[in-house]
Amino acid sequence: MSAEPIESRFRALQAAIEQWPYAALIGMQPLLHDEGLQFRLAYREELIGNPALPAIHGGVLGGFMELSAQAQILWEADCQLAALPRVVDFSIDYLRPGRPEDVMGDCRVWRQGQRVANIAVAAWQGDPDRIIATARGHFLMPEAGAVGAR
Amino acid sequence: MPQDVNADNLLEMAREFFQLLPHGRLLGIEVHRADAERVQTRLAYRDDLVGDPQGGHLHGGVITTLIDQTSGSAVLCRLGRLEAVATLDLRVDHLARARPGQAVVAEAECYRVTPNICFARCTVFPEGERARPVAASMSSFMRTGQVPGFVEGSR
Repeated sequence: MSAEPIESRFRALQAAIEQWPYAALIGMQPLLHDEGLQFRLAYREELIGNPALPAIHGGVLGGFMELSAQAQILWEADCQLAALPRVVDFSIDYLRPGRPEDVMGDCRVWRQGQRVANIAVAAWQGDPDRIIATARGHFLMPEAGAVGAR
Repeated sequence: MPQDVNADNLLEMAREFFQLLPHGRLLGIEVHRADAERVQTRLAYRDDLVGDPQGGHLHGGVITTLIDQTSGSAVLCRLGRLEAVATLDLRVDHLARARPGQAVVAEAECYRVTPNICFARCTVFPEGERARPVAASMSSFMRTGQVPGFVEGSR
């Protein structure tokens, strides 16, 4: 039902994410590419969880992936949700230490129903094939009515 | 075993460990109790830790970070030393939400140690409301055998 150009839909997503305090705290931003939506966690020293390596804190990698999933759900709903999708469960697999540099996130929506969405996220650094963590989770969709009609 | 830590010093070791973690300091995670059986931490509510501005609830990622750090230190306390461990897998069930303004407490135990892997579980509840958990988690950690900042020794 989205007749509006993709750029204005993206501006609506950016405006929504700017209102999320935790996204601002950790430095998570959306990016629009030809291939679709992507997310970035901008590196800074306060994200480190293991100073000996050094490596980014596993918890903030999880938080970044969870925020990315929520933003992707909002995007799929044409940025027409009344509230943030609420996390039900979230499961993270850590494949490599997160190096002290930006992290990118790609989401895959397996199912976005009226009540629940199931999303997978891959986080990578440098090269999309160099995945540092994957996650999957369920989110409750905001109250029906606000969700785009179909 | 020079790098092993006396049981009385586990709280001190956990405090020292937490001070080394910039992201834990950013969120304000503090350790309250630490012994070989369990670790208890606390996170004060702050406006910049909120996920949904309308509701004012802590973001799930904040809870995940609290759980990861608490579970990891429960592993270290069970091992009795600052051995470097890496989270392999961490799952969180969000059972409820703490009310805006409420501090949350996490309690983790490492219930199984093997030569390569340690297994932990963690519960998070609003401070003073142990009977109303907001999150439950299972996690596994890989041991590296490396003890940063400590002299090689023991085994």
